[in-house]
Amino acid sequence: MVFLDFEKPVADLYEQIEKLQVLAERKGVDVSDQVKSLEEQIESSRTKIYSELTRWQRVQLSRHPERPYTLYYLDQICEDFTELHGDRRYGDDKAIVAGFGKIDGESMMFIGHQKGTDAKSRQYRNFGMPNPEGYRKALRMMKIAEKFNKPVVCFIDTPGAYPGLDAEERGQAEAIARNLIEMSQLRVPIICIIIGEGASGGALGIGLGDRVLMLQNTWYSVISPESCSSILWRSWDFKETAAEQLKLTAEDMKGFGIVDQIVKEPSWGAHTEPLKMAQTIKRNIKKHLKELQTLSPEELVEKRIEKYSSIGAYA
Amino acid sequence: MTWLQRIKDGILTKTIEKKETPDGLWAKCPSCKKAVQTKIVVESNYVCSCGYHYRIGSDLYFDLLFDNGQFEEHFSHLKARDVLSFTDLKAYHARLDATRKKTGLDDAMKVASGKTDGRPIVVACMDFKFIGGSMGSVVGEKIAKAVDLCLERKCALLIISRSGGARMMEAAFSLMQMAKTAAKLGQLDRAGLPYISLMTDPTTGGVSASYAMLGDFNLAEPNALIGFAGPRVIRETIKRDLPEGFQRSEFLIEKGFLDKIIDRRELKESLALFLEFMYPNASKATT
Repeated sequence: MVFLDFEKPVADLYEQIEKLQVLAERKGVDVSDQVKSLEEQIESSRTKIYSELTRWQRVQLSRHPERPYTLYYLDQICEDFTELHGDRRYGDDKAIVAGFGKIDGESMMFIGHQKGTDAKSRQYRNFGMPNPEGYRKALRMMKIAEKFNKPVVCFIDTPGAYPGLDAEERGQAEAIARNLIEMSQLRVPIICIIIGEGASGGALGIGLGDRVLMLQNTWYSVISPESCSSILWRSWDFKETAAEQLKLTAEDMKGFGIVDQIVKEPSWGAHTEPLKMAQTIKRNIKKHLKELQTLSPEELVEKRIEKYSSIGAYA
Repeated sequence: MTWLQRIKDGILTKTIEKKETPDGLWAKCPSCKKAVQTKIVVESNYVCSCGYHYRIGSDLYFDLLFDNGQFEEHFSHLKARDVLSFTDLKAYHARLDATRKKTGLDDAMKVASGKTDGRPIVVACMDFKFIGGSMGSVVGEKIAKAVDLCLERKCALLIISRSGGARMMEAAFSLMQMAKTAAKLGQLDRAGLPYISLMTDPTTGGVSASYAMLGDFNLAEPNALIGFAGPRVIRETIKRDLPEGFQRSEFLIEKGFLDKIIDRRELKESLALFLEFMYPNASKATT
């Protein structure tokens, strides 16, 4: 188990339990009562911590190293997932995965950011930061889904589109912009689920849909709290403040009408009960798809454009 | 007299304090450093004889592009709102008030309609001096309304971009303007109406990753900085210096992302040719 800094009281209690158990083994004494009492303390300590999470702590949870990523969820909720590769123009981006599969017998196209789970695979996945070919691969899959009349489900989890030299040369801006206009016009249902980090254009590039859902401990913003701090406060030290100011949590986004639903996570975060999280996600995909499938392609596109046209706060 | 003289502009120079267009009798070109009579700079549409394009605002573009300088401004009633009560080193609402007072502008975009070479056109033009030309809800809504106006009048849309990207103080709302403007441009596209994007210095971030890159024709002024990530961020990521001319118009046209680079002194004539190509033959005759 990996504990975040704000979970320190919980981590300490777990450590005490471990020490007790070592002692019990060595000296052959019964410590079950003490363990039980410590476990109760863990429960109440966690409950308190998780009932008053700050925005920055949610950001930390969204980046928890044990948090499940796209391919994990696809493995759990999908029958016969077949991964597909390449943008047919330049290469195959590893930070965005795509492929078709079935949920309870129904075929759909899945697209998602993918992060790695250890040092090597994190590098391989470029830390979930796509290059233009990732967005172009995503678009290719969406057009295929449209051709064969299959819904599209996107999983969003990125610290941002990759800000590299090559990415610029190959038109990062154009790739994202193209996805936005094409997704707004796609004649099949699109469901987007933010499962981790929703950083700016890199997230939105596969994030425009008929329904946008956010898991409880995720964030969505025009800029990461760290970068925002560095630009507006001219220092890296104001990330907590920046997170508060950006109002970037699922609850905030739902309040602004920017996302349609908050998907509840297991009590101590998606990573503590990933299987349960996967089942919740599956249930929600089915629920929203059922509603969207009553609409004609024309109605779908019209409603989607209407939905995005109405977002804005001005006097 | 100071001991040390700053050679390069520091990143701490406040954007709004930078002078963008010359005033007074003489103007010193920021590029070639030569002093030229302001009158001459103005006569050449704010382009120095060395080719440097001053960062001009919407009013000057409208004067330059519309026949006889005649146009009608639209949607000027739209005003930014501090919906998040955002405060960094300064409260957003105070920043808005101060910027409005200082610039005489309401937000970072103005929309106007009129004729260019006899053909009807709607022009949406950004103003960099309004919080770095940042795109917030007002910019998004003005573009949405400009598209509706084009659909109603069946005329062409020109968006002139000059922006550092999305406006951080409107957080997710400004991010969503990328989706909003793209969705509206999709409607314009489906209606078969022309959309020209002109990118000027600079066009980066959420603006380049939405409407600026989506023109039927993507045009740019010479030597404009155009990209998704800013040069500083890229430098920090790759930890080495960027090649000369990286992310400039001349670089982008080589990489295949621009149709044409147009010198501002020839902008109107050039634009007229694009419009002539895009419009049905009848449209000029009926005006």
